[in-house]
Amino acid sequence: MKRRAWLALLFAASAHAQTDPRRSGLDFMTPALQALQRDDTQNPAVLWLKDGEQRFGTACSACHTPQSLRGAAARYPAFDALLGKPVTLSQRINLCRQRHTLAPAYALEGSQLLGLEAYVGSLSRGLPIAPPADPRLTSFQRSGQTLYEQRIGQLDLSCAQCHDQHAGGRLAGSLIPQAHPTGYPIYRLEWQGMGSLQRRLRGCMTGVRAQPYAPDADEYTALELHLKQRAAGMAIDTPAVRP
Amino acid sequence: MPPVWKAEATVALSLIHAPARATRGEVFEIRASIAHAMESGQRSDSQGRRMARDIIRRVECRYAGELVFAADLFPAIAANPYLAFHTVAVVSGAISVRWSGDNGFEHGASVDIEVA
Repeated sequence: MKRRAWLALLFAASAHAQTDPRRSGLDFMTPALQALQRDDTQNPAVLWLKDGEQRFGTACSACHTPQSLRGAAARYPAFDALLGKPVTLSQRINLCRQRHTLAPAYALEGSQLLGLEAYVGSLSRGLPIAPPADPRLTSFQRSGQTLYEQRIGQLDLSCAQCHDQHAGGRLAGSLIPQAHPTGYPIYRLEWQGMGSLQRRLRGCMTGVRAQPYAPDADEYTALELHLKQRAAGMAIDTPAVRP
Repeated sequence: MPPVWKAEATVALSLIHAPARATRGEVFEIRASIAHAMESGQRSDSQGRRMARDIIRRVECRYAGELVFAADLFPAIAANPYLAFHTVAVVSGAISVRWSGDNGFEHGASVDIEVA
């Protein structure tokens, strides 16, 4: 009986994969760029990732093992009881440092934090994004959805107008992806470096000529909660390469 | 004014990929990459000031002490350069890659190869 249930689940999952209209940004890239991302000896993000791996060995391995953190990145943002609000993976890394190792926080968007986040993210490679079913997250996720659907900036555009209604179309020469955060932090060719999901969101906001939120503002976390909910079940491909 | 993201600080981190073992006479590939801003000297910052050139000028690869590959890099090469080249397996030894450039930049790393 149990086995039959498993088979049914497996069948449902494979049927789901075939009919799922959601596509990772990876699917929209050229074969050359896809190859660049998939080959760790070519992927430029691995430079940061290796830095993070070394850092993990010295700074984190007293408590964590790579095995124990497999799947961790798939669950974030998650609720932090002490702060009473959801935190992203990079915020969790810094909180963990400050609370348990009494070390100063890494600089936002710095190579140290990005490298560590990329390493922890890579431990969940291939696993489905699995937002926790935590009722405390619901209101934040809902406000993230509101932000996602809200028109902003001088161009008066919402995230949804581009990434839901016109995904697959083009904005000048660039393809509009479906905005599934499967591979953050990413190595973006345009940035010629690593960047976080917040940096990507910031880029979109200045793109529609809106005022971005303050660095590490709660609005980004709410948006990320909504994006992860939208992308639930999609495979993680951190660290990704994007044009 | 929206907050300005500072440019990525250069992490002196490089990677060398080469097979750990090879048979004598075999042609194998070496892949080397380094995190470096490769600031071309042609750009201006947000205040309109010219940003000084800061690039890697030369890459040298030595295999068991002997120079097997060298390249001069120029400002038109993108950040975080990646080079791939081939050599012939002769003896067991270290494959070392040395990057040097503006402002006294020096970075070296090496991996070992066992030739049977």
